[in-house]
Amino acid sequence: MSLSELYQEVILDHGKNPRNLREMPDATHVAEGYNPLCGDQIKVFLRVAGDVVEDASFLGRGCAISQASASMMTQAIKGQTLAKAEELFENFRDAVTTQADGGCDHSSEPTFEDAFQDESLGVLSCLTGVRNYPNRIKCAVLAWHAMHSALHEGSKVTTE
Amino acid sequence: MPTKAPTDLRSQFPALAQEVNGKPLAYLDNASTTQRPAVVLEAMQCFYQHDNANVHRGVHALSQRATDEFDAARSTVAKFIHASNANSVIFTKGCTESINLVAATWGFQNIREGDRVLVSTMEHHANIVPWQVATERAGAVVEPVPIFDDCSLDMEALESMLKKGRAKVVAVKHVCNASGTVNPIGEITKLAHEHGAVVMIDGAQGLAHQAVDVQALDVDFYSIASHKVYGPMGFGALYGKPEHLEGMPPYQTGGGMIRSVSFEETIYAAVPDKFEPGTPNVAGAIGLARALDWVTEVGLDRIQAVEHELGRSCTEQLQDVPGVRIIGTAPGKASIVSFVMEQAHPHDVGTILDSEGVAVRTGQHCCHPLLDRMGVPATTRASISVYNNEEDIDSLMRGVKRVAQLFG
Ligand SMILES: Cc1ncc(COP(=O)(O)O)c(C=O)c1O
Repeated sequence: MSLSELYQEVILDHGKNPRNLREMPDATHVAEGYNPLCGDQIKVFLRVAGDVVEDASFLGRGCAISQASASMMTQAIKGQTLAKAEELFENFRDAVTTQADGGCDHSSEPTFEDAFQDESLGVLSCLTGVRNYPNRIKCAVLAWHAMHSALHEGSKVTTE
Repeated sequence: MPTKAPTDLRSQFPALAQEVNGKPLAYLDNASTTQRPAVVLEAMQCFYQHDNANVHRGVHALSQRATDEFDAARSTVAKFIHASNANSVIFTKGCTESINLVAATWGFQNIREGDRVLVSTMEHHANIVPWQVATERAGAVVEPVPIFDDCSLDMEALESMLKKGRAKVVAVKHVCNASGTVNPIGEITKLAHEHGAVVMIDGAQGLAHQAVDVQALDVDFYSIASHKVYGPMGFGALYGKPEHLEGMPPYQTGGGMIRSVSFEETIYAAVPDKFEPGTPNVAGAIGLARALDWVTEVGLDRIQAVEHELGRSCTEQLQDVPGVRIIGTAPGKASIVSFVMEQAHPHDVGTILDSEGVAVRTGQHCCHPLLDRMGVPATTRASISVYNNEEDIDSLMRGVKRVAQLFG
C-alpha cells in the first residue's frame, strides 16, 4: 500500500475543492461530528422529504481524507432513499474498517477487492485505502457517522 | 557547520536503530516521549532480576536492597532539581498525577469561594482541568493569563491580574510542549509571591532541556514527567516546598501512608510516605534516577548546544518552504518546532512524514486554548532531542517537500 493509493487524485481533488460545502438553512436533519484526536470538526446537513434525501451538504475543517470523504458522501447520498443512504453508510464503514493485510482471519468479512468491486460504493471505493492506515480510518468515517446520527437522533457524535 | 551526529549518544538508544516504512527512523516526537538509553532499560531490568522485593515492608535482604535503591532514587531526583531535602520529592505516576495531587489537596485546603486561579493560555490540559475541578468545587474561578502572538506570556497582564487580589494559584508550564516557549518561571514565581499566590510549575518539558534549581527559583510546586527525560513511562514526581507538603491532606489513602490505623483514629505517616500509598513503582524510580544520572553524565550544556543548533537549522529550513508558518516564535524558545502548512492539514502531513520514516506529533498537543488563541485547528510538531542529528532534519524536510508537491 503506497501513499499514492491513499492520496489518489480524486481524493486530493475533493479535499481541495469539497463539493456541497455550504450551510443548509432548510435542513431537516443536522448533526456534528468531532474527532478530538486531530480536532477535525464536521457538521452535516440533510433535507429529507418523504423517504428521500433531497439535499446533503456539510461544513467543517479537517484533513484531506475527512474533507474528501464528506464531500463524496454528500454527492453519493443526494437523491437516494433513506434505506439506500443507510446501506451506503454500512457498506462504506465496513469497507474502510476491514483491515486488508494482517494476520487475522477476515475470511468472513469483505475483502479489499470485494469492496473495490462493490458497485454500490462506486467512486467511494477509492477511500477504502485508508484501511491500511489505521490511525486515519476515523478521518474517513467522521462525516458518515455524522450523517447516520443526523438521521437517527440528530445529535453530536465523536469518532473516539 | 551543521552539528555532526553525536553517534556515540545515538547508539545508546536501541529503539533508534530501526527502519520505518523502509527508511531510517527519524524520531522527532521527543516532546511526546523521549526514547530511553540502554543504561535505563538495564537498570530497571537489573532491579527485577536481582533485587525485586517490596519496599519498606520486609526485613529480608531483597526488601532492604529494594528499599535502599528506592530511597537513593528519591535523593537523585532531589539533587537533580536542587531540592533541599529528598523528602520534598513525591513519586507519582506522572506529571498529570503530580498536578492533580496539588489541585486536590493544596487546592482543597486553600481555595475558597471567590478566589481566583490564574492559568496561562498556553497550558497543557493537565494544568488546566485539575484547576477547573478544584475551583468549581470551591466556588472559585479559573482565569486565563493572555499570551502574545509569538506564544510568550504577557507578564504585564499577569501582574495586573495578580494586583486585583484573591489569586491563590498561578499555574504555568516551564517549557511549552506545543510552541517551545520557555517561561521565566523565576520571575513569575516572584510576582506571584508578592501577591500572595503560590505557583504550580508544570515541568513536563523542563527537566530534559533546562537546568532546574527549585530553591533558587523559589517555586512552590514543580511537576516531573519521567518519560520525557529518558526515563520510564507511567512514572513521575512532584516537588513541593516542605512547608506546603507538611500541611497538605493526603491525596490517596491506604497502606504505607499511615503511622497507625484503628477504627477510632488513623494517623498519617510523614511526608513523603503520606502521599505514596500502596506498593510504589520501584523500577520506575530506579529508571528515572538512572535517566537523570545519564543527563548529568552527558551534560546539560552539551544537550542544549546540540538541540539549539538542530532547532535553529530545522526552523530556518522550514521557513524557506512556501506556505509554512511556524507557531511559537518566542525569544529563547526550546527546540520544539510547531508548524502549519497552507497546502495540507497536519494529519496529512503526519501520514506523509511517516512514510519517510519521520515520527512527529500532529494534532492539538492537549493545548486546545493555545491553538484556539493562535487560530489554528492543529499543528505538526517536530521536537528535538540530544540524539537527533542533521540527517533527521533532512528526512523531515524531504517529507515536508513531498507534502508541498503532493498538495501544492
Ligand atoms: C507541558 C505538559 N504538561 C503535562 C503533560 C502530561 O504529562 P504526562 O502525560 O506524563 O502525565 C505533558 C505531556 O504530554 C506536557 O507536555
